[in-house]
Amino acid sequence: MTTSESEITESTADDTLLRTEGLTKRFGGLVAVDDVNLDVERGEIRCLIGPNGAGKSTLLKLLVGQLTPSDGQIYYDGEDITGYSQHDRARSGLSMKFQVPAVYGDLSVRQNVHIPLQREVSRKRIDVAIEETLDEFGLLDAAETRAADLSHGQQQWLEIAMASALDPDLLLLDEPAAGMSVRETEKTAEYVHRLNEERGMTLLVIEHDIDFVRAIAQSVTVLHRGEVFAEGTIEDIENDPDVRRIYLGEVRE
Amino acid sequence: MAGETTTSVDRSTSDGMLGRLRKALEGPNTLGQGRPFWLGFTVLVALLLVYPMFRSSYYVSNTAYLLVSAFLGLSLCIVWGYTGIFSFGQVAFYGIAGYTFGIVSINVTGPAGTMAGLLVGIAVSGAFAFLVGYFMFYGGVSDVYVAIITLAVTLVLNTFMGQTAGEEWAVGAARLGGFNGMTEIPSLALGVGDAAVEITDLAFYYFVVGALLLTYLGLRVLVNSDIGYVMVGIRENQDRTELFGYDTQKTKLGVFTFGGVLAGFGGVVYASWGNYIDPSVFGLTFAALPIIWVATGGRKWLSGAIVGTFAVTFISQKLSVFGGQYSLVILGALLLFVILILPEGFVPQLAKKLPALLDRTGGGDS
Repeated sequence: MTTSESEITESTADDTLLRTEGLTKRFGGLVAVDDVNLDVERGEIRCLIGPNGAGKSTLLKLLVGQLTPSDGQIYYDGEDITGYSQHDRARSGLSMKFQVPAVYGDLSVRQNVHIPLQREVSRKRIDVAIEETLDEFGLLDAAETRAADLSHGQQQWLEIAMASALDPDLLLLDEPAAGMSVRETEKTAEYVHRLNEERGMTLLVIEHDIDFVRAIAQSVTVLHRGEVFAEGTIEDIENDPDVRRIYLGEVRE
Repeated sequence: MAGETTTSVDRSTSDGMLGRLRKALEGPNTLGQGRPFWLGFTVLVALLLVYPMFRSSYYVSNTAYLLVSAFLGLSLCIVWGYTGIFSFGQVAFYGIAGYTFGIVSINVTGPAGTMAGLLVGIAVSGAFAFLVGYFMFYGGVSDVYVAIITLAVTLVLNTFMGQTAGEEWAVGAARLGGFNGMTEIPSLALGVGDAAVEITDLAFYYFVVGALLLTYLGLRVLVNSDIGYVMVGIRENQDRTELFGYDTQKTKLGVFTFGGVLAGFGGVVYASWGNYIDPSVFGLTFAALPIIWVATGGRKWLSGAIVGTFAVTFISQKLSVFGGQYSLVILGALLLFVILILPEGFVPQLAKKLPALLDRTGGGDS
């Protein structure tokens, strides 16, 4: 068999759901995201970690189109989506949960889920579909509650429920376990696994809680000062002395 | 909920279409639901229909005028209350349509002219709203500036129309008339030739009642549809809604344009009612009124907008009998009161309290 170069790129393109090439974002003199080349494989759960100010959230905002890159390209499913609007990215199968839970505070939990779900489900079936979705995230009893009256953890789950209601291929979660108790964090890990295994979603997750990362990550990317600092399995990363150092703030360049 | 499903199944075969209609009219985006509401609604409509039999033509005409304002209130309600676009300029579309109706119907005489005036008036106000909306929403204007831009546009129209007193300011036979306004605007007439019906007095009243009824029911269907959910989503959190795959700018532009059309319809009917329009429709005072109406009644609900418009206009008419500008001071105080004490408006508050009140008196039928 011939193993020409083009065939190799083709096969990698097939396995890669999301790829960034030289992605860069500058805010004046500050380079928040610096020449990032990221490959997220189809079907994996990838965690994005790094100290505060490493550029993780900025990177996610570039991916969904809330920020425009200063440089570089974003490929999704082999297609260059760098110039796409936010709603077009969502329509092509990319969904996101914001860092601070962005639920519709004044609306009931049921209405919250209705808004994304009506894209996928007809009016006839939507009541059933809403209840299935709420049940999946343990929110069925809270269906008529105002979203703003939910606990912080429930708001996080509600937004994950909403973001996954679009049935995306790639789900971006910005700190899904932030501010959660140990018990709630375990629940969240369970939900993440279920979305990955039962619904076939690829997940890219920003998280600080290392126990949570251990529980879900199939691979880890470490960002530091806007650059990809290390990449590998969670064991590789945890045993990497350089990574340990940057988390203790000892790295000097 | 389960109980409601069984009753609709129990009832006879004719319920299929009625049930479907009710489903389209009801949802969490409107306040009134269920049999008690529609019963009360029917009674209210019946009262409006028999009202002219018990009152002199002066009162009927005045009530019709109050109902005309409701189109302006409803247009602000869907733009601001449902979609979160704080427009200070709904009166601009009202005025533009009124002037356009005057220009067309004065130049093209007869019923055809007034019907054309109605359509052109609405089209022009809609097109103008589209233009203003396009620059605001696609120009990346932030929410606060939307209020300022829409108000500025309105005040510019006020100044411009005010200086059109000279003879040279005429479109064909229609003189714009500066601050004295445009006079001798014909009344709307529907029909062809001899069969045309002039919409004045009693006919005007029933025309407005009918149009308002249709508009209210139509808007109920709209806000409870998928688009309505997106509108409410934009109001609550535009970024979140955009990332659910909705083109929120396009939706905002669509709603704003439709709001212009609705306000425009009100403006045409207003100009036809008084056979007159002047630049005060673009004035600061009039521009503030719809905001007071809708905020007082409850901006997030269609019924709140209608009740608020009707009640506040009625009260301010009563007040102005006692002395010109005092009513404005009291309206201002009312607005402050509502913002501080009842930020959601009177109607939703009432809707929340009413079932409990009915329970206490044992009035509920379920």
